Amino acid sequence: MTTFVAPVIDWAALSAILVIAGTGIVGVLVAAFVPASSRRTVQVVLALVAPLAALAVVAWRWSVVVGGGESTLVAGQLAEDGPALAAQAIILIFAVVGFAVMASRLPNGEEAFAPQGAAAPGSAYEEAARRAGLEQTEVFPLALLSLAGMLVFPMANDLLVMFVALEVLSLPLYVLSAMARRRRVLSHEAALKYFLLGAFSSALFLFGVALLFGFSGSISLPDLGTAAATTVGMDGMAVVGFVLVLTGLLFKVGAVPFHAWVPDVYQGAPTPVTGFMAAATKTAAFAAILRLLYVAAPGFGWDVEPVLWAVAIASMLLGTVAAIVQTDIKRTLAYSSVAHAGFALVAIVSLSEQGPSALLFYLLAYGLATVGAFAVVTLVRERDADGNVTGEATHLSQWAGLGRRHPVLAATMTLFLLSFAGIPLTAGFVGKFVAFVAAADGGAWPLVVIAVIASAAAAFFYVRIIVLMYFSRPEESERPGADAVEPGALTRASLVLCALGTLVLGVWPTPVLDLLAQAAKFVV
Amino acid sequence: MTLLHYLVLSGVLFTIGAATVLTRRNAILAFMGVELMLNSCNLALVTFSRIHGTLTGQVMAFFVMVVAAAEVVVGLAIIVSIYRARRTVSVDEPSLLKN
Repeated sequence: MTTFVAPVIDWAALSAILVIAGTGIVGVLVAAFVPASSRRTVQVVLALVAPLAALAVVAWRWSVVVGGGESTLVAGQLAEDGPALAAQAIILIFAVVGFAVMASRLPNGEEAFAPQGAAAPGSAYEEAARRAGLEQTEVFPLALLSLAGMLVFPMANDLLVMFVALEVLSLPLYVLSAMARRRRVLSHEAALKYFLLGAFSSALFLFGVALLFGFSGSISLPDLGTAAATTVGMDGMAVVGFVLVLTGLLFKVGAVPFHAWVPDVYQGAPTPVTGFMAAATKTAAFAAILRLLYVAAPGFGWDVEPVLWAVAIASMLLGTVAAIVQTDIKRTLAYSSVAHAGFALVAIVSLSEQGPSALLFYLLAYGLATVGAFAVVTLVRERDADGNVTGEATHLSQWAGLGRRHPVLAATMTLFLLSFAGIPLTAGFVGKFVAFVAAADGGAWPLVVIAVIASAAAAFFYVRIIVLMYFSRPEESERPGADAVEPGALTRASLVLCALGTLVLGVWPTPVLDLLAQAAKFVV
Repeated sequence: MTLLHYLVLSGVLFTIGAATVLTRRNAILAFMGVELMLNSCNLALVTFSRIHGTLTGQVMAFFVMVVAAAEVVVGLAIIVSIYRARRTVSVDEPSLLKN
C-alpha cells in the first residue's frame, strides 16, 4: 500500500476563495434563519462585501507573489502566480459590479428574479407569491458559490481541480438562468439548454481528462507537459484527450463551434445574471485555457495552433455575421460576445510572451462593457396601457429614439458599444490593440489581418444601435415603445464604475498594462 | 479479459451516451445519456489507474460521482419545473428562443 502523506496547505494563499465560498455558505444559512423582513438586505450586503474583501486579499497575495515569487499549493494542485491572481482580481471586479446590478430593484420595487423559483410560471401559486411580496434571496448565495468556482479555475494546476471548479461554477449558473421574473418560460428553456449542453461538454472534458491520465499517468498540468515530451507512441490518445479538454473549456468561453447555447442562454436568463455570467465565466474559462496552453501544451510535440486558429477565425466571423442580422438586443450582445471570444483567442494563439497580459487586459475591457451594457438593458422597459412598467424592451426597434428621451443613459450605452467596437479612447481599443500586437509578435500575421477586418465589420452593428438610439424616430408598430426607468442606486453605481473603467482604461491604460505585464509568468 | 477490454467498453459506453444526448428528444433520456458518459469516464479512470498502478484515477472517480450527483439535483429540478409549466419534457417543444 502507498503511504498517505498529508499535504501542507497554505491557507493564507487560499483565503480569497475561502472568503467567497464561506460567505456563500453563510448566505444559505441567512436564507434559512434570518426573518424575511431583513433577509434580502443581509444577503445583498454579504454579496457585495465578500467580493470586495476577496479583492483586498488578492491584492495582498499579489504583493506576496511579486516579492517572494510564484508557488504551488496543496501538493501542486493549485498554482499561485501572476496570471492566476490577475484573473481572480478581474473576476472579482466583475462580481462587484455584476452583483450590484443583480441586487438592484426597479422604482416600483420589482426585482429581477422570480418571487418563488419553484412556482410554475403563470400558476396561482406564483401569483400568490408575487402578491405576498416573496423574494427568492437564494440567488445571492448561488452567485457567490459560482464565483468561488470561478476563483478556483484560474489557479487550477491539475485536471481534477479544473473539473471540480468547472462544475462548481456552472451548476449555480444553470439554476440562476431559470430565475427570471418576467418571461419565465423563456428563462426555463434557456436553463434547460444551458444545462444539457453544459453537462454534455463537461462529460467531454472529463473523458479528455481520463485519456490524458491514461497517457501520462498523472493529472497535473506540468507533469502532463513533461510526459508529453518524453512518451513515445500513444500520440493519438494524447491528441484526442487534449482536444476534448480544450473543447470543454472553449464551450464555457462560447467560441464557435461550441457557441450554440450562447444566444439562447443570454437571451433567456435574467439580464443581470447574463451580464455577470458573460463577463466572469468567460474570464475564468480563458484563465484556465491560458494555463493549459502555456503550461501543458508546449510539451506536446505537435501543434495546437491550427485548432486555435480555426476556432478564433470561425468565432470572429460567425459571431460578427450572426450579430448583424439579429433583431433582439440581448441576442445581438450574445453573438457579439461570441465574436469577442474569437478576438480574445487571437491574443494567445501564438503562445507569445505578451499573450497572457494582453488576454487579461482584453477580458477586463470586454467584461466592464458587458456588465454595463446588460445593466442598461435592464433599465429599458416597456409600459402597458396604464403606464405601468412591464418587461424589458429587448426588440431593437423599440430602442429607436431612446437618445432623445434619455440622453445620459443612451450616452452610457454608446460608450459601452464603442468599447465593444474598439474605437480609440475606449478600453476596447487598447484591448484589441494589445491582443493583436501579441499575436503579430508571435508571427500570426494572417490572423491579425482577419481579426482587423472582422472588427471593422463588427463595428457596423454597434454603430447601427447607436444610430438607432439617436437618429431614428420610434416607428409605429404593434410593439410598445421603450421607456427607460430611473436606475436604482446600486445599478447607478455599477454603471458609473463600468463607464469610468472603460474610459480610464481607454485614455490612460499604462498603469494597468504595466501591472498585468508583471503577471505574465506561470509557475511550472 | 485484459485491461484493454475495459477501455474499449468505456469507449463504447461513452459513445452510446453521446449518441443518446444528441438524438433523444426527451430531456430525461438526454440527461441519462450524460450520466452514462460520466460513468464511462469513471470506468476509464479506474482502468487507467490500475494500468499505471496509482490511486489517482480511483480518487478522481469518487469526485466524479459526487459531481454527477450534484448535477442530477440541478438537472432534475430544472426538468421538473419545465414539466410543471408545460406538461412536456421534450427538448424540441421549448422553442421560443430562435433567431
